[in-house]
Amino acid sequence: MYTKDQLREKAKKAKDKKGAIGPDINLDEFDQAPVPHSYLAEEDLCDLPQEEQKQLIMAGLDVTEKERGGTYFQKDTSVIHCHTRQEGIEVTPIKKALEQYDWIKDYYWKLVAVDTDKYTAAAELGLHDGYVIRALPGSKSIYPIQACLYLDKDGLQQNVHNLIIAEEDSELHIITGCATSPHLKRGAHVGISEFFVKKNAKLSFTMIHNWAEEMVVRPRSVAQVEEGGLFINNYICMKPVRSLQMYPTTHLVGRDAVARFYSIIVGSPGSEYDLGGRIFLKHPGNRAEIVARAISNGGKIIARGHLIGEVPEIKAHLECRGLILNGGHIHAIPELEGLVDGVEMSHEAAIGKIAQEEITYLMSRGLTEDEATSTIVRGFLSVDIPGLPPKLKAEIDKAIEESDKDVM
Amino acid sequence: MLKIDDLQVTLEDKEILKHIDLEIHPGETHVLFGPNGSGKTSLLMTIMGYPQYKVVAGKIIFKGKDITHMSINERARMGIGMSYQRPPTINGLKTRQMVKLCAEHEVDENDLAKQVNFEQFLDRDVNAGFSGGEIKRSELLQLMAQNPELMLFDEPESGVDMENISLVGKTIASLLQKDRLTVENKTRMQAKLERTKMGLIITHTGYILEYVAADKGQVLYDGILSCTNNPREILDCIEESGYEECVRCILKTN
Repeated sequence: MYTKDQLREKAKKAKDKKGAIGPDINLDEFDQAPVPHSYLAEEDLCDLPQEEQKQLIMAGLDVTEKERGGTYFQKDTSVIHCHTRQEGIEVTPIKKALEQYDWIKDYYWKLVAVDTDKYTAAAELGLHDGYVIRALPGSKSIYPIQACLYLDKDGLQQNVHNLIIAEEDSELHIITGCATSPHLKRGAHVGISEFFVKKNAKLSFTMIHNWAEEMVVRPRSVAQVEEGGLFINNYICMKPVRSLQMYPTTHLVGRDAVARFYSIIVGSPGSEYDLGGRIFLKHPGNRAEIVARAISNGGKIIARGHLIGEVPEIKAHLECRGLILNGGHIHAIPELEGLVDGVEMSHEAAIGKIAQEEITYLMSRGLTEDEATSTIVRGFLSVDIPGLPPKLKAEIDKAIEESDKDVM
Repeated sequence: MLKIDDLQVTLEDKEILKHIDLEIHPGETHVLFGPNGSGKTSLLMTIMGYPQYKVVAGKIIFKGKDITHMSINERARMGIGMSYQRPPTINGLKTRQMVKLCAEHEVDENDLAKQVNFEQFLDRDVNAGFSGGEIKRSELLQLMAQNPELMLFDEPESGVDMENISLVGKTIASLLQKDRLTVENKTRMQAKLERTKMGLIITHTGYILEYVAADKGQVLYDGILSCTNNPREILDCIEESGYEECVRCILKTN
């Protein structure tokens, strides 16, 4: 563990270090000064302006909190709501946690190196806030916890650091959305996330991104899954963004640990997405799956996937399917690395178009051509995610449904 | 009523239907015989409105309206439905959702599925990995939800195992209102008068005739509808002496 000063020192050295992949962003173009917003009580959430609520809904945030176990809501640089209603599950702003909890040092910058690149450095040097969500040993989340990182101020760079901890035998579901206010055009989001899935714990993390056309986004996340643990990581992005680059990494560090990544991306014109997932299988019985569905309506999508089998008796599969609808560019880069005898690893990648035959088939059942096309697209985007509670599945379907109009 | 007048159709600039006249009155079911490649499926696809089947002359009139150049979905909305022989798979679309999409009004897909012994497939993707017989039952299920007035069946019994052939046969009979006699205990005349559904069935084996009382048989040979006759007689003739001989015989007698 590094001391606060050591972390700052390392971060300072990496201040201008470019990211390993993805276009370089000049962070000096953005403003990092704190933007104060007043804290909202539970009942105030529902009084947010309609159009703002709409943006939040699209990002999976339910202001009524009806079917949520807790909420973390950050607007620009300030936490405007944070509470949990479920026993055994803690939701705390990270700045507060850093001040109050001694144990936080066992997690903070433990998996992601602070000097990875200029973005990790920025998150240390100019941390605004972020959430710590922790499920205590044996606790089970009934409803998902929701977290929202909202950008309202044009030109802002939001620096966030999140810690997600599922203690032994716990079950934790999180739905997290990033969204921008309707008037915002330009901004940057830097988000560090570190996931700790302990022995026999189960964590599902569903992230929905709703950015604006001139947003640059650089999440950096690493997860660690212990013996018998399960980590499901879902990612949905169906809105334009100028540049988004992330390559979350997961280490399976105990026997029978499992990781599954599912991502659904719709790429709009002028947008560039460089996304992927990397999973290290280090113990016998490890399983990993990466599934991606990408549609380009004119945007550029690079879909990466990298599975590394380090020991025998592991199984890993990578699947990437792309659909080009109105021009665009999809680049699938699936990688498999087996380091010993006895690994079982496979991948399949396909990029294509909607079959005319499927459209006419649906039309002969009475659907118009547009209805038929959107039905097929929706089908293409719907992936069966094993181990996800039905409620959360419904939530994902809703997100796809909501954005459906934008796809066509 | 479906009325086809001197229809000529090309597919990729090749003439596939040369001269078709056909009339199906409300309540009537016709059976279409013909060797492979004679244009049977093409005729069904043309009636359904597939744009690659180009009508170069003639007309298709349905319920008094000229539908020759109508889109597929408009025809479906008017009451034409089809049971395909090899429909495409639609990934991610559950059969359950598909059944709902077919119906204009609210339907109970579980109830409908039970009738064709298909409940366990409702949550599978449409046609994904279905066997020949499962495809047929899925198609019938969709038609049941759609409930069209004119139904086109492309070899509904092919690939169906012996266990399911009677289920498929009886379902088609029910769709075409051919079962009213036994089900509702009506007189033959009453049942016939009340029947409105029209059917056009392609069959190779004729098994379907065991379950569906067809009114007329037609032989399509080399792009021409060569005859109208009792379907049983046509089938017997084809079985005995083959299509060519059968067509020759018919041409003589007509």
